[in-house]
Amino acid sequence: MTSLLHPSDAPAQQGTRTYRDHQRPLWQRALLNRDVAVWAALVAVYLYASATVPFFDRPITITYLLLDVAPILLIALPMTLVIITGEIDLSVASTVALASVSFGVLYDKGTPILVAAVAALLVGVLCGAFNGFLVTVVGLPSLAVTIGTLALYRGVAVGLLGTTAVTDFPDAWTDWARGRIGESDIPSIMIPFAVLAILFILLLHFTAFGRGVYAIGLNEGAARFSGIRVERTKLILFVLTGVVSALAGIYYTLRYGSARGDNANGMELQVIAAVLLGGVSIFGGRGALPGVIAGVLLIGAIGSALRLADQTADVINIVTGLLLVVSVVGSSALGWVSSRRRRRGAPEPQSSTTKTGNTLPDTDSPVGERERESR
Amino acid sequence: MSTAAPTAPTTPKPSAGARVRKILQARETGVIMAFLVVLAVTTAINPSFLFSKDGWRDLFLTPSILVVLAVGQAIVIITRNVDLSVGSILGLVAYATGRMFVDTGLPIVVVLLLAVLLGVGLGLINGALVAFAKVPALVITLGTLYIYRGIMMSWAGSDRINASDIPRDLLSFGTSSILGIPSLAWISFVVLGIAAYLMGRTRGGREMYAIGSDPDAATLYGLKKTKRTLLAFAASGGLAGLAGVLYVARYGTISSGAGLGIEFEAVGAAVIGGVAIFGGSGTIFGAAVGAYLLMTINRGLPILGIQDFWQRAVVGLLIIAAIVLDKVLRERQHKKLLAERDAA
Repeated sequence: MTSLLHPSDAPAQQGTRTYRDHQRPLWQRALLNRDVAVWAALVAVYLYASATVPFFDRPITITYLLLDVAPILLIALPMTLVIITGEIDLSVASTVALASVSFGVLYDKGTPILVAAVAALLVGVLCGAFNGFLVTVVGLPSLAVTIGTLALYRGVAVGLLGTTAVTDFPDAWTDWARGRIGESDIPSIMIPFAVLAILFILLLHFTAFGRGVYAIGLNEGAARFSGIRVERTKLILFVLTGVVSALAGIYYTLRYGSARGDNANGMELQVIAAVLLGGVSIFGGRGALPGVIAGVLLIGAIGSALRLADQTADVINIVTGLLLVVSVVGSSALGWVSSRRRRRGAPEPQSSTTKTGNTLPDTDSPVGERERESR
Repeated sequence: MSTAAPTAPTTPKPSAGARVRKILQARETGVIMAFLVVLAVTTAINPSFLFSKDGWRDLFLTPSILVVLAVGQAIVIITRNVDLSVGSILGLVAYATGRMFVDTGLPIVVVLLLAVLLGVGLGLINGALVAFAKVPALVITLGTLYIYRGIMMSWAGSDRINASDIPRDLLSFGTSSILGIPSLAWISFVVLGIAAYLMGRTRGGREMYAIGSDPDAATLYGLKKTKRTLLAFAASGGLAGLAGVLYVARYGTISSGAGLGIEFEAVGAAVIGGVAIFGGSGTIFGAAVGAYLLMTINRGLPILGIQDFWQRAVVGLLIIAAIVLDKVLRERQHKKLLAERDAA
């Protein structure tokens, strides 16, 4: 967590980087990267579960899998960008709940449902802006800020509704949230979600803004000196996270037909687990959205396979936790192994370094192949 | 915060006036004042909040479990880490304790010892992963939060431990009082005293501050960072285990929800009590006072006419206020140091 808390630590954490793009053939760069590994794992899990778990290969499984992971998928999009800048947002699930409660209470009080939805999105903007304000203007560490707002937003959500719930939403809306595209098995909400995912992929991987996001995570000082508006970028990302979380909150409310203060309890953990599993480095600077999307689907597929195999939610929790730990510890160990191997092969001046961070011996981010070494 | 920094043994003894000023400026003093204000206001509205047998008892009893957790959390945060798995360790240890009573005929003392050892073991797993894999503690303990809770829940299934399964002696200890103060509170005081002594007065403890305030410098200086990190997590796990034991003694009933989400309160208590989330500063005593403040506010809200649903919102505001205050104080200190340097 050190680099999350201490921008001043960044140089120490990041240390020397070596660029090895030229040392590796193109096919290796294209195939041996973290994104491809996560997608391969997803396909493997899917095939294995289809063969061994009864009913897993039914189309309806996919429908429910997508409906279940949809909010995590949504929030993982902006969260990826936030984590790539080296920050974190733990308050997303509380924002989901607060937006859900605002939406429900306003609708219950007679506000037209469309207005209530827009108001809920505004609540998300406010939540994200408050986080962003504390992080960028006041200059506080995002971990501390969002532990605080995690409690605050959740507290307001629970305070507004107590243990009661608003459940009476118009059928047209709830049906749409649960419906499918025509005769297919794909939920209709996947259309706007896919549009959003494409927008985020374009934003991160094909715009100057996205380059800035990586630059901030790699070296905030250098990014600032090269003219990237670090504070503005981070503020925008926190607001985006807030509004997307609110969108997920509205979806969550309609899907389950219930606005409650304890909606999406603990979802922040699932989102962060999925993002890190998808190959984003908690130290910032590395990761890509296609990998994250695979990470979310992987967690969802394992969860739904275990459920169909009559395992309890508890086993799913254990597996999620193990995946998270193994994915971060594993890549750290792999990096260590590869740095040893390289040391033995060709001694380098920095050969005595130990590697930290999310390092696979191959391309991790579209920015280029980077080696992260510390000390 | 600066106030927590140790006075080097070579500095001359401060004058009485300077010492008083130092106490008044200490972060802990502010938190104690806030605690006293909450206590005074709620007692003024409803005297039985303090001046009744139950009120007096609850004042000490309610925070005792959180105090134990907050002490462990403070140790970990001082080394610039965080332990999000304490709630899950509490639950798992509490359930294991209950199971040992149900399934084995071991004497109470042995069971309790094994329970705390289990906590230490779980903490060591966290510590080893953090120290050897060099991965942020936040991520590791987020993972073990899931894993430990999952193990407890799949072990427990749908059944739970009832008070009738717990030895009467332990339950009566949980409700007993010594000198008018609940026994559980006495235990938390002992934990607090030992931890405060170890962190504030011994070489090992001061090294943890050194590691937390600048890990690289500490490593260069030759401090054993790996060992200290392991120790900090073992302490946090052991204390979470002890908290699990106290939970059993106090409530007797253990369901799968034991300790769910309490990790955020533990972090909150430490942060509110002046343990900077940046590591390296803050006191164990402050974290304990933070726990008292949190739990007393929690009990006081209904008396102030606020539904206790709002409790988490208040906790959140307090956390944010505390870190903003830390930031302001740190900047003021920084400016002061710069001014002193320029003057010299």
